[in-house]
Amino acid sequence: MRFDRRAADVLVWLLLLTMPFWIDWVGGYTSLGTRVVVLALAAMSLNFLLGFTGVLSFGHAAYFGLGVYGVGLTIKYLMPSTLAGMAVGVAAGTVAAMLLGALIVRLRGIYFAMVTIAFGQVFYFIAYRWNGVTGGDDGLSGWRRVPVDLGVAHLDILGSDSTLYYWCLFWFAVAIAIMALLLRSPFGRTLLAIRENERRARFLGIPIDRHIWLSWVISCLFVSLAGTLYALLNNFADPHDLRWDQSGDFVIMAVLGGMRNFWGPLIGAAIYVVLQDYISSQTENWMSFIGLMFVLVVLFFPRGVIGALRRRTAT
Amino acid sequence: MSLLDVQNASRHFGSLVAVRDVTMKVEPGELRAVIGPNGAGKTTFFNMITGFFRPSSGRIVFDGEDITELMPARRVWRGIARTFQVTEVFPELSVRDNLRIAVEVASGYRLRPFLRGNAATEVRASVTDLLEMSNLAPMAGRLVGELSHGDQRATEIMMALALKPKLLLLDEPTAGMGDQETYDITRLIRKLHAERKLTIVLIEHDMRVVFHLADRVTVLAEGAVLAEGTPKEIAANEAVQTAYLGQAA
Repeated sequence: MRFDRRAADVLVWLLLLTMPFWIDWVGGYTSLGTRVVVLALAAMSLNFLLGFTGVLSFGHAAYFGLGVYGVGLTIKYLMPSTLAGMAVGVAAGTVAAMLLGALIVRLRGIYFAMVTIAFGQVFYFIAYRWNGVTGGDDGLSGWRRVPVDLGVAHLDILGSDSTLYYWCLFWFAVAIAIMALLLRSPFGRTLLAIRENERRARFLGIPIDRHIWLSWVISCLFVSLAGTLYALLNNFADPHDLRWDQSGDFVIMAVLGGMRNFWGPLIGAAIYVVLQDYISSQTENWMSFIGLMFVLVVLFFPRGVIGALRRRTAT
Repeated sequence: MSLLDVQNASRHFGSLVAVRDVTMKVEPGELRAVIGPNGAGKTTFFNMITGFFRPSSGRIVFDGEDITELMPARRVWRGIARTFQVTEVFPELSVRDNLRIAVEVASGYRLRPFLRGNAATEVRASVTDLLEMSNLAPMAGRLVGELSHGDQRATEIMMALALKPKLLLLDEPTAGMGDQETYDITRLIRKLHAERKLTIVLIEHDMRVVFHLADRVTVLAEGAVLAEGTPKEIAANEAVQTAYLGQAA
């Protein structure tokens, strides 16, 4: 029996939509679910570039972090508005990606990955050193997410965990729908073509660098959106959110779940967040367990957890 | 006016001269074979025409326009399509999607986030045409990477054809194939040449294929043009026999 794609879509959305009602029952709590959704959005955005264009970035935390700080700085210094903070965060991440992307898009493979790390670290050090504005090493605190007033409805994302969850899920759904639509479009197929065989794609008349740039910008736009939600969830901006190991975490989530599958990074993010939550309550060395699991998956299931499941059901 | 006019093209790699002062004209509708011993510079010659790299000196004029300095994608847009010596396809996509990508790019849809009904119908019809013309229809849903070498090669040729090229360059289309596959691909090329009035330049080692298909033959040896003429003239040419045919036999 083949793994039915539509059935998987329905199942995933049902589980996500009902999360606050069953998560306590399986031993979790609502903000853990929110964390899964937010980090899944980041990992799925990275995977738009990694899994569906074939380009590895180790610097996505930079754009995630610009989203985080965009929200924090806006609410703390400019105006107490969640939406304005999100707009600033996404704009900052996207503009930075457009500019830096134009510089690095000619590079390939390991060179591309290295330069994305280098640029990412620049943002990290700015946040880390600029004490007066960013709070430096201590992070940016002293601000909180603000309830959203839409005129017709008042969303109390500050007081109610489940309202915050649905606020994040809404943005997750918008971003995921756009990415899914793009991947099924002629444009999305040119990205698959580049992933599959760059030489063939070039000699079909696809201007490779421009298409990779677009994929990079789209990917960074949504990862910065994830960053803005992460800031709302934590009421805090941590310089670590910009650092290269945060970028690595996104890559781990995508690979863990399965980067050739659309939902793979969501599974990877869920495993990562739940393991982190559970194991870190038992031992400080939780990262070594994640690392061990990562190595095992890469060795034995190179297509990730979903790849392994699909192979089981296909035979 | 010639469709392709290569004027005194040379290409050096360091001190190695891969192509030396080659001049060649291809007329519209012609099927030209380029032959020569290994290392004669045939693929380098193709790479200069398609923009894989630029000539060290000389000019390439296509359809009345100097394309010497153009990027590969721009040459494709002007009507030059190619296949490769080692088959280049999208292995983990289906035959249908391989062709669909080529059709969509050729139709100018490469940046579209969606297709309206009419455009989508046209794309589907073109893909179906290509599938049927090449007998790939029964395999349309399979991943190209799972197909036989001959069918992968046929997919690659149909992808190039989907670009509606004025000039089709085939680099050793029958390389590494058995007799039946060679026969099938030869028949496909002849059909495309006859039905689509397509101008084709092909590099080939199999002399049966060359003499069966080509209107004219250009012989390269050590990077330079050794001879040019009809297949009969080339078969009778003594210099060619010593340099190439004699050596092969």
